[in-house]
Amino acid sequence: MRFSDAARPELAEPGARRARRQAAAAARTGRAEATEEAPDWELLRDAGAAIRDRTLGDLGAHLEALEAAVIEEGGQVHWARDAAEARRIIRRLLPAGTEAALVRSDVTDEIGLDGGEAGPHSKAAVVGAGFLVAETGTLVIADRGESLSFPGTLVVVAGLEDVVADWTDLEVLLQLLSRAGGDPMRPAVATRTGRFQLVLLDNGRTKVLADPVGREALRCVHCSACSDVCPVFERAGPRPYAPGRPGPIGAVLTPQTRGVEASLGASLPFASTLCGACGDVCPVKIDIPGLLVHLRGRVVESRRGRPVPTPELLLMRGIAWSMGDQRRYERTLVRRARWARLLARDGRIRRLPGLLGKWTDARDLPAPPRQTFRAWWRHRR
Amino acid sequence: MRIGVFVTCWGDALFPATGRAIVGLLEHLGHEVTFEPAQTCCGQLHWTTGYHPEATALARRFAQIFRDHEVVVTPSASCAATVRTAYPRMDPALAGLRVYELSELLVDVLGVTDVGATYPHRVTYQPTCQSLRALGLGDRPLRLLRAVRDIELADLPEAGECCGFGGAFAMKNADTSVAMVADKIARIHETGADVVCATDDSCLAHIGGALSRLRSGVRAVHLAEILASGLGAGEPTEIPAGSRSAEQAPRSDAP
Repeated sequence: MRFSDAARPELAEPGARRARRQAAAAARTGRAEATEEAPDWELLRDAGAAIRDRTLGDLGAHLEALEAAVIEEGGQVHWARDAAEARRIIRRLLPAGTEAALVRSDVTDEIGLDGGEAGPHSKAAVVGAGFLVAETGTLVIADRGESLSFPGTLVVVAGLEDVVADWTDLEVLLQLLSRAGGDPMRPAVATRTGRFQLVLLDNGRTKVLADPVGREALRCVHCSACSDVCPVFERAGPRPYAPGRPGPIGAVLTPQTRGVEASLGASLPFASTLCGACGDVCPVKIDIPGLLVHLRGRVVESRRGRPVPTPELLLMRGIAWSMGDQRRYERTLVRRARWARLLARDGRIRRLPGLLGKWTDARDLPAPPRQTFRAWWRHRR
Repeated sequence: MRIGVFVTCWGDALFPATGRAIVGLLEHLGHEVTFEPAQTCCGQLHWTTGYHPEATALARRFAQIFRDHEVVVTPSASCAATVRTAYPRMDPALAGLRVYELSELLVDVLGVTDVGATYPHRVTYQPTCQSLRALGLGDRPLRLLRAVRDIELADLPEAGECCGFGGAFAMKNADTSVAMVADKIARIHETGADVVCATDDSCLAHIGGALSRLRSGVRAVHLAEILASGLGAGEPTEIPAGSRSAEQAPRSDAP
């Protein structure tokens, strides 16, 4: 579904909007305090971005190192191309007839897992990874406080990009993650080395890696700061982004993993005012507004080849043509202004036709004054 | 100083009072203002809507027109941001154009904060997203406003939050856009201001258009118009309530 259509019913839920607004305000305050008290926050962000880029730039080697380390510690690694394959692998790995507990993460949400809390009687658990340290084959879960000394079968699910080269890199990322999450004093981190089944999920990530601009989105460390500051997310909530990840990071990842042809992937890059708040807070400096503009370009390019051009393409081509030459521009200015004044009453335009009607559904437009700036300039001399 | 003005396509057609205010203000401060009639659009709309080859062509055209200008001023923070941050992404050869947003020109280039204006109204200032985050204007517009005589400035709560315009966003996601401006207007009303001021006529058309539809009575006014008020020669006229630039009375400096 298109983002705009999916957002409409969410806007009609004042209780949910109020709750999101309050949660966002609290998260923003917490994050601001946590990052302001870190004197080297900006340096830390630079380091985090560089670490992530270095890892993503040589992901194959890091994944191979991780696989070797996990196997050496008595674990196993399984590669899943997509969500369905990941679910099949997990089902196979779990002992028959047992109810597995689940420690949720963005990746377990992505492949559509649900399950109960881990209890003393659980024989098996599925855990969404925070990070995986390639050096030692270690699973790291940040900010949850769960104990991973679980005796039964442990299945770990992770995205390909969740790998971290070593503990030095991990330390930087954990500082960024906890402060960006607004909780620097309690970075409850659980680790476990070996004795687990690791499911590594692609699900479109190699497509993201193939775009030299778009791959920056895979720096994400899952802190949710971008959603906390996003004015669009605050109004529309997480549902219009589904089944992809919610918030600005989802708006730059989902069109890449699922393609820009279908309505969700084609509309998500436009589900932003480009206000820039997300890019400002991202602890690993993902230029989310820049990526949105990049992906808007991909959406438009994917439509240019259509046998019948979209009305928008015709409009935008027309505007570009008029703007490309002074005389054409001046002619358009005069004609459009005359036409717009016909629609105006008391200096206000209350209804515009066609695509422009979306503006006047809720907003007036001033009637263009009789004299453009350039006409005034010409006559004043 | 010789200062070129880029009035923007939007301003040329819909908000010429802003451009006139800039001319009046800069001439009052003793500078020479030039207007290059070949100028049209900076390409922002095409760039942010994903029409990148079209945007790049417009950017090259813009660069050709303004390349030799020592200083160019524009009343639009988002157009200035397009030139300074988007152009180098389109083509590295398009970097380095000296295009300033008005408050940058006044404070940083000309070193003025008190322009001598008088504006006896209660005003709240909305820092638009591009002015805040892309250009990093900080408190420059507020420093200029604080020096205006008889002005009563009221702090806007949650000022840094986007008004919901976002160019194509206002059309493509009209419902969410309107939900955002409704919240922005609630904050504006909390201030008790008669006027909401910003450095971009596109955001102001969105906020002002919603204020007008609601018959709120609060007016959306560009910073340039406030700074050009009460300077003497270029006396700006009052704007009809709720509908900026709508059929304004001719100004003394207009024919």
